[in-house]
Amino acid sequence: MAKVHVTTSINGEPMEFLCEPNDTMLDALRGPLGLTGSKEGCASGDCGACSITLDDRLVCSCLMLAVESEGHEIGTIEGMANGEHLHPLQQKFLEMAALQCGICTSGMLVASAALLKKNPEPSEEEVRFWLAGNLCRCTGYDKIVRAVMETAQEMRAQ
Amino acid sequence: MTELRYLAPATLDEAIGAFAKAGSAGRILAGGTDLLVQMRSGVLKPGVIVDIKKIPEMMGIEQTADGGFRIGAAVSGMALAEHDTFGKIWPGVLEAVNLIGSKQVQGRASAGGNLCNGSPAGDSVPAMVAAGAVVTVQGPNGRRDIKVEDVPAGPGRTNLKPGEILLSFTLPPRPSGSSDAYLRMIPRTEMDIAVVGVGVSLAMKDGTVTAARVGLGAVAPTVLLVEDAAKALIGSKLDDAALAKAAAACSAACRPIDDKRGTIAYRIRVAGVLLKRTAAIAAQRAQGK
Amino acid sequence: MNIVTNNKWIGQRTIRPDGMDKVTGRAQFAADTTMPGMIWGKVLRSPHPHARIKSIDTSKAEKLPGVKAVVTSKDIVDFPIANGAVMLGIQDMRWMCRNVMARDKALFPGHPIAAVAATTEAIAAEACKLIEVDYEVLPWSIEIDDAIKPDAPILHEFNKFDGKPSNIAGRLEHKKGDIAEGFKKADIVIERTFNTRPVHQGYIEPHACLISVAPDGKTTIWSSSQGQFMVRAMTAHLTGIPQSDIRAIPAEIGGGFGGKTIVYLEPLATLLAKKSGRPVKMVMTREEVMRATGPTSGSKSTVKIGATKDGKIVAAHGTFYLQAGAFPGSPIRGAAGCSFTPYDIPNLLSEGFDVCSNRSKVAAYRAPGAPIGAYAVECVMDEVASALKMDPLDFRLKNGAKEGTKAAHGPTFPRIGYLETVEAAKASAHYAAPLGDGHGKPRGRGVASGFWFNAGGESSAQVNITEDGNVVVTTGHPDIGGSRAGIANICAELLGIDYRRISVIIGDTQTVGFSNLTGGSRVLFASAMVVTQSAEKVIQTLRERAAKIWNIDPEAVKWEQGAAHPASPNAGQFPPLTLEELAEKAPAMGGPIGAGVQLNTQGADGGFGTHVCDVEIDTELGIARVIRYTAVQDVGRAIHPGYVEGQLQGGVAQGIGWALNEEYIYTKEGKVDNPGFLDYRMPVCSDLPMIDCIMVEVPNPKHPQGVKGVGEVPLVPVMAAVANAIYNALGLRFYSLPMSPPKVSAALDAGMKQAAE
Repeated sequence: MAKVHVTTSINGEPMEFLCEPNDTMLDALRGPLGLTGSKEGCASGDCGACSITLDDRLVCSCLMLAVESEGHEIGTIEGMANGEHLHPLQQKFLEMAALQCGICTSGMLVASAALLKKNPEPSEEEVRFWLAGNLCRCTGYDKIVRAVMETAQEMRAQ
Repeated sequence: MTELRYLAPATLDEAIGAFAKAGSAGRILAGGTDLLVQMRSGVLKPGVIVDIKKIPEMMGIEQTADGGFRIGAAVSGMALAEHDTFGKIWPGVLEAVNLIGSKQVQGRASAGGNLCNGSPAGDSVPAMVAAGAVVTVQGPNGRRDIKVEDVPAGPGRTNLKPGEILLSFTLPPRPSGSSDAYLRMIPRTEMDIAVVGVGVSLAMKDGTVTAARVGLGAVAPTVLLVEDAAKALIGSKLDDAALAKAAAACSAACRPIDDKRGTIAYRIRVAGVLLKRTAAIAAQRAQGK
Repeated sequence: MNIVTNNKWIGQRTIRPDGMDKVTGRAQFAADTTMPGMIWGKVLRSPHPHARIKSIDTSKAEKLPGVKAVVTSKDIVDFPIANGAVMLGIQDMRWMCRNVMARDKALFPGHPIAAVAATTEAIAAEACKLIEVDYEVLPWSIEIDDAIKPDAPILHEFNKFDGKPSNIAGRLEHKKGDIAEGFKKADIVIERTFNTRPVHQGYIEPHACLISVAPDGKTTIWSSSQGQFMVRAMTAHLTGIPQSDIRAIPAEIGGGFGGKTIVYLEPLATLLAKKSGRPVKMVMTREEVMRATGPTSGSKSTVKIGATKDGKIVAAHGTFYLQAGAFPGSPIRGAAGCSFTPYDIPNLLSEGFDVCSNRSKVAAYRAPGAPIGAYAVECVMDEVASALKMDPLDFRLKNGAKEGTKAAHGPTFPRIGYLETVEAAKASAHYAAPLGDGHGKPRGRGVASGFWFNAGGESSAQVNITEDGNVVVTTGHPDIGGSRAGIANICAELLGIDYRRISVIIGDTQTVGFSNLTGGSRVLFASAMVVTQSAEKVIQTLRERAAKIWNIDPEAVKWEQGAAHPASPNAGQFPPLTLEELAEKAPAMGGPIGAGVQLNTQGADGGFGTHVCDVEIDTELGIARVIRYTAVQDVGRAIHPGYVEGQLQGGVAQGIGWALNEEYIYTKEGKVDNPGFLDYRMPVCSDLPMIDCIMVEVPNPKHPQGVKGVGEVPLVPVMAAVANAIYNALGLRFYSLPMSPPKVSAALDAGMKQAAE
């Protein structure tokens, strides 16, 4: 039973790792790749805490086999900031108290960034329905939605 | 421990060969949003996974010569939504595919996987049935077409023969004055499995329904094509009486169960309610409103 | 004590100290770390709701290549039932030792039977399947009515109620006056019975731990919990390793809400680590969390309230039956003690009954017991107000508890803020706003109030000045709501420096003094007290240092805006000495500047809330949606308004889920049918409106910053607020939760005025 060798690109950097054929991308990120920013809340695609981008498409890393990442571009929370420059969403989440325990925050940020890339002017309803796949138990979503909408407004103004 | 082989063939023939060879140990991987969940929960322990996403036929969306559409079996909901014209012509099918799960799931989940998973509640299926979609499958014994409503065989089962892989959905050309819609009842606003799902496709001329198909999901072991509901709509102006008759036909067609998502009585009631609402939306769209 | 009101940092929406790590994915939660040589642990769980364990054969599992250790109940320290209770806080170790692993009986599906550690998770899971258990399957009961029937299968033979073996494990009552006499004076009497289903706290982070035991027994535990001292103590009790040999380090915690105030995995992982000589990591799956940790009680409550026609409540009687699950200990204290507490009721009997049944042992859930009782009481209050033709908020104002009211659970209230919450709700923009047009969907508005005890308890802290003149505050409680942000604000205020110069960290059991659980809405209250006293000691030292430099009396030095100043012109003309300057001089001036304080903090006051809820109902489908919500709460002092609002909003969201869709569903075989986020339906982002908060500040006079606990009250009124809103929309009362679409639809179809279960 040999492990599979995978070559992929994560946050713009070429990466290689070994994994079991049935490991999910989340298993690979949190295991051999040491990128624990993506979280496991359910392993069944119902909570979004494991959200990443696959070739710029928002997906659950728990619903993807690690081997499928071969030849593709993976984006995780660790790639969201640019060195010491936070993504505007990260900064806004801090300013607007859009997080408490933080376990959903990685997924929320990745999902919100994907939304704003696709739709720079979302309505409150659009934000809420886009984020429906990201469960939060602490905040009641209020400040998260406000943070995404204010960030969208600021990003449009730039 | 894991005797699992992952294969990602670049051609259809390779895929068919590998899948046939794997026999009952083989599983097709498109979006993976059902397969991986079933593997994690221990319900499925495949020996061979055949990833079909490198095969061009599986991933394409094209208009056919007669103006219909052919959608590859593994096309994700998001990719379908990004197509220039598909959503304008088949808004019901598009919204049905894009109600599966979350945005994350829609980035991967495909109509092909949704159909082949065999869940009676799969959101895309009633809309595909209403659309009159035909699926093309190919196996070791060659290629054949199946009406989409003939694919589901029961919960978790299809009428595909061993070794057959779903290739694509073909949707017929759309005359003007026709459109479709899909509605489902779920307790929350997102993220739930449909308690009832209804797909309606209508063609209208001068306010009168000239053609109709109704697909009804999550109320029987398979998705149903409710011909009586369609008959009640055809020739009508979607007046209250016609809608009530069609709704009653849907309620009568239900063979639901009590489960953790709904009761028999509730599903029967909701089937009728949703038929009316879905037909109204399809009609509005068909008339260009 | 004086409460400072002219604040620079208190009340500001500063950036939380732990925020940067959380938005960049750096924050370390329990499952995020590794140790060299780490192996994985898995648990074998009972498939049966009730079974005698006749034998366990682990030999095949032990032989599987890769398996390094196996643990059964033989390895867990026994606390014999006959020896009586051994309490750790509110937990009886007799139940805890049987909850972490079944001894002679499996009492719920999911009850741990054995545990295995192996080089991979997959091998550990495979090994569990090789463990052979001989079960004698027994009849079982889950629901309260089934568990209290005369012929119900008894979980614990030793437990007697009314002289007979029973599943009723306890009873408590609060009494005031004479209810029989009181009800005689009532013009209106309403009595109703309510049912609620078990619901889970729903934290997104499953339980996880990573534990290493050295050959000399020195143990390091890294886990997410609501109390590292509780983790250490429970693990010590259950494994036999001396407490002082255990270092329990609190990881960042991904939600708790009470559900992580006990341990499940740590004792098992510790024993596996000890036996194998390797660090052991254990992480629960979501399914394990839902099956085998503690959702709160399902309940059956009967509430009777009598009032005179001019709107005075004269008597009330509440009987609250709460599921305990497999072992005694449901939160009847909260149900019986909090539900009537917002009101001044002269004649009252409030009784709680603790009922064991074959489901997982209940764990605390945000104001444990109080939301259950409040649902019942606040709905009856609404019916009484309606019968009296009184506005429901006016009815509460007329009967509201205030300073001097004797509460049901004993104390006489000091200055409290309940009436202020009702008045603020009444004056709110929400209450004045029209319901608006539902376009065919009826809309309704409901209100409800609630109370929670709050708590003080033990807390330790240290405030140390760094060599470069900044501050490190070490506190003792895991932060589940933003307490570090509040502490930073308080410390900044006290020291008069920018909050960004203050690091707030949570110590582990070896780096900070004893601190009690994070729960009971006590963290900010308690840690603020000890941080304040520590900071005051530090300020005293700084004044002494400056005094030495200036050669004046320390009494002549004041500390202001981050520097020492002469207290008056008489003291002398000296330029201020800043914190940085004094820190730099510290080695020469007497040494390090810092102080620590440990207290059993007292003076916590209960909290009150009043909520306003609007719903809109799709009557054809039976779907109720909350379209507007305002939570008013007496928060004492909002040290960091953003995180106080966050507590209100989070509690409201949980309550809406509890009211409309969340419930444990069981199969005919007695197993949980919905052990995942797909079918355990918690609110998603699109389900909820914005949640408006009105924070009423009636400062707690016994606290240096006026703090009152805020975290738990927000869940208490919600289900009744939603139910009362639905009544206002439909004219239908719901006496059971959740008010899910099939139930609402059935009630509408039946055209009933009152919906029973």
